[in-house]
Amino acid sequence: MTAPKTLYDKIWNDHLVHQADDGTCLVYIDRHLIHEVTSPQAFEGLRIAKRKVHAPSRTLAVVDHNVPTTDRSKGIDDEESRIQVEALAKNCADFGVEYFNELDPRQGIVHVIGPEQGFTLPGTTIMCGDSHTSTHGAFGALAMGIGTSEVEHILATQTLIQKKANNLRVVVDGKTPDGVGAKDIILAIIGEIGAGGGTNHVIEYCGNAIEALSMEGRMTVCNMSIEGGARAGLIAPDETTYAYMEGRPRAPKGAEWDLARRYWESLPSDGGAEFDREVYINGANLPPIVTWGTSPEDVASVTSVIPNPDDIDDESRRATKKLALEYMGLTAGTRITDINVDRVFIGSCTNGRIEDLRAAASIVVGKTVNGNVNALVVPGSGLVKAQAESEGLDKIFIDAGFEWREPGCSMCLAMNPDKLEPGERCASTSNRNFEGRQGFKGRTHLVSPIMAAAAAIAGRFVDVRELD
Amino acid sequence: MKKYKTLTAVSAPLPMTNIDTDKIIPKQYLKTIKRTGLGKGLFSELRYNDDGSDNPDFTLNKPAYKNAEILVTGDNFGCGSSREHAPWALLDYGIQVVISTSFADIFHANCFKNGLLPIALPKADVDKLMKNSERGANATITVDLEKQEILSTDGETIPFNVDPFLKRCLLEGLDDIGLTLGKTAAINDFEESTGEVRPWI
Repeated sequence: MTAPKTLYDKIWNDHLVHQADDGTCLVYIDRHLIHEVTSPQAFEGLRIAKRKVHAPSRTLAVVDHNVPTTDRSKGIDDEESRIQVEALAKNCADFGVEYFNELDPRQGIVHVIGPEQGFTLPGTTIMCGDSHTSTHGAFGALAMGIGTSEVEHILATQTLIQKKANNLRVVVDGKTPDGVGAKDIILAIIGEIGAGGGTNHVIEYCGNAIEALSMEGRMTVCNMSIEGGARAGLIAPDETTYAYMEGRPRAPKGAEWDLARRYWESLPSDGGAEFDREVYINGANLPPIVTWGTSPEDVASVTSVIPNPDDIDDESRRATKKLALEYMGLTAGTRITDINVDRVFIGSCTNGRIEDLRAAASIVVGKTVNGNVNALVVPGSGLVKAQAESEGLDKIFIDAGFEWREPGCSMCLAMNPDKLEPGERCASTSNRNFEGRQGFKGRTHLVSPIMAAAAAIAGRFVDVRELD
Repeated sequence: MKKYKTLTAVSAPLPMTNIDTDKIIPKQYLKTIKRTGLGKGLFSELRYNDDGSDNPDFTLNKPAYKNAEILVTGDNFGCGSSREHAPWALLDYGIQVVISTSFADIFHANCFKNGLLPIALPKADVDKLMKNSERGANATITVDLEKQEILSTDGETIPFNVDPFLKRCLLEGLDDIGLTLGKTAAINDFEESTGEVRPWI
């Protein structure tokens, strides 16, 4: 009898092409997603070395990071952005890779379109030159962010050289209270393990609070695995997964679907499988969470106050958190609900899916954005946008005073024109509150879509559990 | 990739934790389609004042560290985005070794692809090297990858671990894509056999 295995062990074993004596492995990559920012140098490398793409049909390209979210039928004004977008189009044409351009109705954030198209499947290995590739782990796929050299390596060989990481199990049990969801769960986990806590681990999220999440919620959780230092996060596939996938353009059909399902059903971690580390979170006790600093580990309950860095023992950590408060323009002891916001951003690969927009709209309906706030909704993809418009969500947002934009990464990383001005404070549904992330000297507070929507209306953070 | 040689150089202290790749190279520098020329953007939001002049308080702007080629820093260096522009910027600026207690996984992998050596050490050793670096321009240290040793200014030897495969890649300046292409037959066999078992992929 073989030893019980984790979900990660099983996917890893099924993709090993070669293992050297020192444990260095050659791992097969089933699916590769590329975008305009981290791929040009990879294609340049192929050209210089006169190499071709090993399996072009296994790569899908989309433009997302750089594109404006306003009308783009007349092209992109920013010259550098335009050159990067044009380079992707040319590289895909030259090397035979399928490409969704900025006018394609299926265009969107790479981690939204993969699942949407059924490109993301359980038990596969999925890589992309973007750290939020961990998103796809929500389907029980081993999905990791990689650098440009690794993008080039996959293009040339359809493999990666890796060593196996450790298994970390995060169990979230209990029914989360109303107003508390996937974003609060993952922020609580990052607060617990720290921004480097998952380094050299693959996280498997388990427990009934995880099982109760929709696919959108599971993607939100897995998306931010990297914010806890883990290159990949996984959730075992189940009926929720299959229901989401069935009928998607690239999902298997007919007899192949049945065959695939039998394989997928063999993937969940075996009873008794050993994890190198385990973390437990009681979901029933979780509050809505707001980050206060410049690392995603800087989390606080909406009901609490800004913590005091003087309470930290470690010197460089204390100094870092003091600088974070200074950067954020906040003082220890301030109530979270006394913090006013200037901007609200609803979107990103973390929270730009249809369920996120429905949740935000449910808070906004019939209300008006606070006069001091500029608020933006950026759907994660063209298909999300079309779905939202068919449900009238765009009208709810626009009537309340939100801007309703074209899909893309937008103000999550502010490579396009959507950015904070210096000193502006933003309630954001994105994934990173790093210094300057949303614009030079901009101040980011990470929250869930309903918390962001409520902040837009009130002009400050409010506890969504106390809304009428 | 050029071969990594033993380095004797000034080390600059950057005693902060969780230095993310946005901080190492902000997004406005990511619009390039080249690997070169990113040194000017390294740590730009820490390194320059709002008017574009050098911030004299930033470690690499201090006269003692103008020639620093080694960085000593806090936990979880290189966290966040997968942008390989981070090691490209460090190398283009002239940093060849980064010493910390821990590195983010993607950044760590990206370093080795480019000939930048990340060295993870126990906190006590990092603290020691941080103090060493605070002594300034005359306090050079030596990083010997072959022997896996750091020699402090006062002659103390601090050993470090490095993955044997990655060490070889760095010392020999290996092209790992070329190495993998040498296994094309195994890759083709894998594709054929899994294509039968999992035809939907």
